[in-house]
Amino acid sequence: MAERKKRSEADRKIRVLVAKPGLDGHDRGAKVVARALRDAGMEVIYTGLRQTPEMIAEAALQEDVDVVGLSVLSGAHMALTPRVLELLKANGQSHVKVFVGGIVPDEDLGHLKEMGVAGIYGPGASTEDIVREIKLAVTG
Amino acid sequence: MARLLSHVENDSPQGRAALIELYPHTGRAHMIGVTGAPGTGKSSLVNQLALHYRRTEGKRIAIVAVDPSSPFSGGAVLGDRVRMRDLSGDSGVFIRSMASRGSLGGLAQSTAGLAQVFDAAGFDKILIETVGAGQGEVEVARLAHTTLVVEAPGLGDDIQAIKAGILEIADILVVNKADRPGVENTEKALRSMLELAHPVQRTFMHHGLAMSVSSPKEDTLENMWTPPILRTVALDGQGIPELAGWIARHETHLRQSGDWMVRERARLEVELETLVREELMGRFREEIPDNRYEEILERVVQKNLSPWEAVRILMNGRLN
Repeated sequence: MAERKKRSEADRKIRVLVAKPGLDGHDRGAKVVARALRDAGMEVIYTGLRQTPEMIAEAALQEDVDVVGLSVLSGAHMALTPRVLELLKANGQSHVKVFVGGIVPDEDLGHLKEMGVAGIYGPGASTEDIVREIKLAVTG
Repeated sequence: MARLLSHVENDSPQGRAALIELYPHTGRAHMIGVTGAPGTGKSSLVNQLALHYRRTEGKRIAIVAVDPSSPFSGGAVLGDRVRMRDLSGDSGVFIRSMASRGSLGGLAQSTAGLAQVFDAAGFDKILIETVGAGQGEVEVARLAHTTLVVEAPGLGDDIQAIKAGILEIADILVVNKADRPGVENTEKALRSMLELAHPVQRTFMHHGLAMSVSSPKEDTLENMWTPPILRTVALDGQGIPELAGWIARHETHLRQSGDWMVRERARLEVELETLVREELMGRFREEIPDNRYEEILERVVQKNLSPWEAVRILMNGRLN
């Protein structure tokens, strides 16, 4: 019965863009997260390596995503993240929640949060936390 | 635009309203379907084709790329954009990824709707890439005017080529990765299959709308489209101009032979039928109380009632 009636709610899927900006080629973390989000019932658009902030913002716009997840292991997060946030805003997508994963030194956490990053995850973060926090951020 | 596509994809009331309003403005774009087994290089080929159209003709291109949803979680990882990075930064290209959301046949339920939005928005070519599942994805042939079936060397033996289904829907056969060994064998297998399958294809193209029966057989054969077999290497763009040339030729063929309208009609017939089915199902859901449905289901589970009898009871309940 539940299945019969639930269709209209299920129609609204959380759409997430998982992107790797910058020049490092380590996408294992991004893939693990993408898969966890898929298993949580989300639709994940995976864009691959070495994306510029412009490419990410364009994809986020065309795909009408609710969430952008940036995976940065190169240390360039303080340059790349604000640029992505700026471009999203310029495209009228300030409602899109941005999450950052990778290697982020403690002293940068506060700065990123101030910029408007919804969540930051380092090595060892649990995918369950990520899923829960994304759901919370999107559904309000 | 992107928001509108989401509404259509989710079949929301706004999405429906938009489709109704846009409908009179559709019918101009050339819809090109791209299907084939996983790993044959569909996404790369779409990438190259779009690049080609942008460079040589300056056409506006929309790409709808469908990937499978997980049957368990309903989630999906949509990875077709990975192969289409050459197209980013070009405002004349719009790429939209879709999850199949449980529908079989290689497309999602609302793929046609999305294509209509792009059509009405003035995109000249709409490239529709199916889920890469294999032998049953024939739905794309109903939606697209021109269907490319992509094969690659080293996937399956000759017998794969004579199985019914996916090869019969091909307007153009593409042997991608043609720089790999075994390309001759793949091509040969496709060619012999084509010779066998040709009359079958004829019937499909006309979809029961028997073309003017009086025309003599030779004449029919002459007007008939014979799917070419083309070699490409999507990684470096080899064979792409030729492929684009054949796609253009196919479009001309469709328009001159009248098949364009025949296909449109067949497509709309299927669409109408689907909508009626959904509507009836929706009404049925509204009119049968949940507990009644549950009770009958339980009787079927207990083997007190067969599913066929159950349907009769449920339907009569609706009529009373």
